[in-house]
Amino acid sequence: MTTTEHKPTTERIWHWLDGVPDPEIPVISVVDLGIVRDVAWAGDTLEVTVTPTYSGCPATSVIAMDIETALRDRGIGKVALKTQISPAWTTDWLSEKGRARLEEYGIAPPQPAGGPERCPRCGSAAVEKVSQFGSTPCKAHWRCTDCLEPFDYFKCI
Amino acid sequence: MTRDEAFFQFLLRMGDNTLILGHRVSEWCGHAPVLEEDIALANTALDLIGQTQMWLGLAGEVQGEGKSADDLAFLRDAWDFRNVLLVEMPNGDFGRTLMRQFLFDAWHSIMLTRLRDSKDARVAAIAEKAGKEVTYHLERSGDTVIGLGDGTDESHARMQEALDYLWPYVGEMFEGDAVDAEMAEAGIAPDPSGLRADYDALVGRVLAKATLTIPDSRFAHKGGRNGRMHTEHLGHLLTQMQWLQRAYPGATW
Repeated sequence: MTTTEHKPTTERIWHWLDGVPDPEIPVISVVDLGIVRDVAWAGDTLEVTVTPTYSGCPATSVIAMDIETALRDRGIGKVALKTQISPAWTTDWLSEKGRARLEEYGIAPPQPAGGPERCPRCGSAAVEKVSQFGSTPCKAHWRCTDCLEPFDYFKCI
Repeated sequence: MTRDEAFFQFLLRMGDNTLILGHRVSEWCGHAPVLEEDIALANTALDLIGQTQMWLGLAGEVQGEGKSADDLAFLRDAWDFRNVLLVEMPNGDFGRTLMRQFLFDAWHSIMLTRLRDSKDARVAAIAEKAGKEVTYHLERSGDTVIGLGDGTDESHARMQEALDYLWPYVGEMFEGDAVDAEMAEAGIAPDPSGLRADYDALVGRVLAKATLTIPDSRFAHKGGRNGRMHTEHLGHLLTQMQWLQRAYPGATW
């Protein structure tokens, strides 16, 4: 038995990681979130480079654990998680699929203009900010003045 | 003092500022005037604690004694802390908390912008990451200071009182010493006095909009960032923050 037989391609691993949900927003994966920066083999160790979203976000350690568990479940014995803080994470790294899923879930995706484009529930552009902060470090609290529903906005950073 | 000794002191100053302010702000959790403000304060505290892990983590690395960020946060006594006095001031009312936040955020954002050009890649990386969060903090604290300053008679009076009380703690952020000279020489961090002009411009603009008057005096309380003399408030804060590790050394979960 050679080790190469147990070394799935990195493409395959990216695909597996796309099945690991964000612990706070389970409709998107850690790949959608843009925090997995690199996947590479170093000998028989798989190195996964992860960048934190917000420096104090408590989900970061849970995400690292989830990634490691998912890869072990696929039979990868040696996983090394590396943290990279530069370049700093930006919401530009959210995938298109991730943005669409956020909106379906009721979270307005980030916009360069600094506020949501429309209410994720009724689609109205008549929205106003309630607070710059929300239930997790990555979100702000907004409301729709048409359907009157409050909603989360994924902050653009 | 070797370059690494100076670097260690510089990193403690950065990390202790965010640690102590992060702890102070977290004291509001569950007590803020409205739910949204409670969440905003807790989020700000969380960012600051996260930044502390990076600064004190690097400090431990540079010190080379195998200490973690947690060791440095929980196992030093008051005289070994290097935060400016401003951040250890008690919260007071909501207005004073937000004024303290604004006066610190303004300095912090200017400092982090400069540190992005640090010759030490690790410092530049932390500054880049933290800078994004602090831009957001400054937006909120600045807007709130304007909202409350240019608000009702009551809120205006309280904000002016907060500014008068905290202003003497501003000067310390711009006081340079041998550590700063060494850092400037190495291209790791700017000389703090060089930040004052940008600070005065930014703070002046916001406080004018807030219809508040900056006190005339430039008298500055000092002794925090060089550890010569902290206020009595720091010791009280530490007894609470470090209690668990002091009572149960090495406890983990």
